[in-house]
Amino acid sequence: MHAPRSAVLGSGLLLFAASAQAAAPSAAAGVPWWVWPLALFVVCFLMGIVAVPAGIGGGTLFVPIVGSFFPFHLDFVRGAGLLVALASALAAGPMLLRSGLGSLRLALPLAVLASASSIGGAMLGLAMPAHVVQILLGCVVLGIVVLMFVAKKSEFPQVDRPDALSQALALNGIFVDGASGRVVHWQVHRTLPGLFVFLGIGVLAGMFGIGAGWANVPALNLLMGAPVKVAAGTSGLVLSLVDSSAAWVYINKGAVLPMIAVPSVVGMMLGARIGARLLTVLKGSVIRRMVIAVLLFAGARAMLKGTGIWP
Amino acid sequence: MNGPPKAVSQPVEQLRYARLLDWGTRAGLLVLVLSFAAYMSGLTDPHVPLERLATLWGQPVDSYLAQTQAPQGWGWLALVRHSDVAGLVGIAILAGCSLLCLLALVPLYWRRGDKAFVALCLAEVAVVVLAASGWLTGGH
Repeated sequence: MHAPRSAVLGSGLLLFAASAQAAAPSAAAGVPWWVWPLALFVVCFLMGIVAVPAGIGGGTLFVPIVGSFFPFHLDFVRGAGLLVALASALAAGPMLLRSGLGSLRLALPLAVLASASSIGGAMLGLAMPAHVVQILLGCVVLGIVVLMFVAKKSEFPQVDRPDALSQALALNGIFVDGASGRVVHWQVHRTLPGLFVFLGIGVLAGMFGIGAGWANVPALNLLMGAPVKVAAGTSGLVLSLVDSSAAWVYINKGAVLPMIAVPSVVGMMLGARIGARLLTVLKGSVIRRMVIAVLLFAGARAMLKGTGIWP
Repeated sequence: MNGPPKAVSQPVEQLRYARLLDWGTRAGLLVLVLSFAAYMSGLTDPHVPLERLATLWGQPVDSYLAQTQAPQGWGWLALVRHSDVAGLVGIAILAGCSLLCLLALVPLYWRRGDKAFVALCLAEVAVVVLAASGWLTGGH
């Protein structure tokens, strides 16, 4: 009973994106201007609904889908994408911090490096020709699809001994696991490699305007050994700081248009609220497969658009 | 490593950060929605008319700026009376609200002698301020 609902939602997202693409060439041929912000709101609302059960940030879906199927230039899409990811991360942040699922101590050292590199990524992305960014975006999106297929999660990774840096910074914490009701103490290791990985993640976040939860969570969980729930919560905190820095670059460059950004942010946040409520109703695995299909399509489309094969 | 369920309180700095972030985000989203409502209702004139915007949003940002004389950096503040530019106020609050949260942590860490985290907070503030200044993008 749940699978058909999930399939309908995923299909709706695909159909809407495809119909937006079908209408895009006629943008200059008399389609009323208000159709696009309205379509953007609806698509973002649907993306918000499916993003939560799919376990992927809405910002990750936004840039490939809107950049491939709407008539907006990629510069403005990336600016709006950063704001979508930023607003979502900011809205979730307080709850994550109060529950202990997000750790400020763990987030801060990683965020400082990733924020600095995200500025470089944003400047690089705005300086590169759009078709090159499209091709690279296609590669990254297809890479995300592969990651979604192969990445495993470790609920409570075994960290026998924290490294010296982790000990010096006291990168540990405590939270109550809602599923088992138990108090979980955690600590991390491999801090230095983790810091280097977050340098690279910052560049990607700034360059493509995508939320980088898809990369943050595996890095925190599989590399540094944070429990998966702490990894997901802390990823949101890191995103809120990294995307702030990168967003300012886009704002200063004039690449943030409220007409694109506001319907996207509001649609995504409303959709995410419904998505969170539907978590128990929708079948996550079906939604996840649908999202992978949409990302595959959007990634291929970005590459074909960048190479000029399907402009 | 794990124990039975009990009330777990989070560090005081984490709770302070959460409280300020909550208010900053609410304020930013409220301003964002209100300014967009004013934009759509036509209460004040936009800097770029809506019909014209639709012919320009498919062009690269440099081309858009050249054709609309839209400002870079903080130049938008001088045009904030226009409804489309006013939308950037909410966006700026959202992109800047973490600064206040970080600065509010500094006295807490300082009193505890946690100099590493004092430095980390100030470093993150410096990075965001540098990005916001427009100095790097030549738009200040």
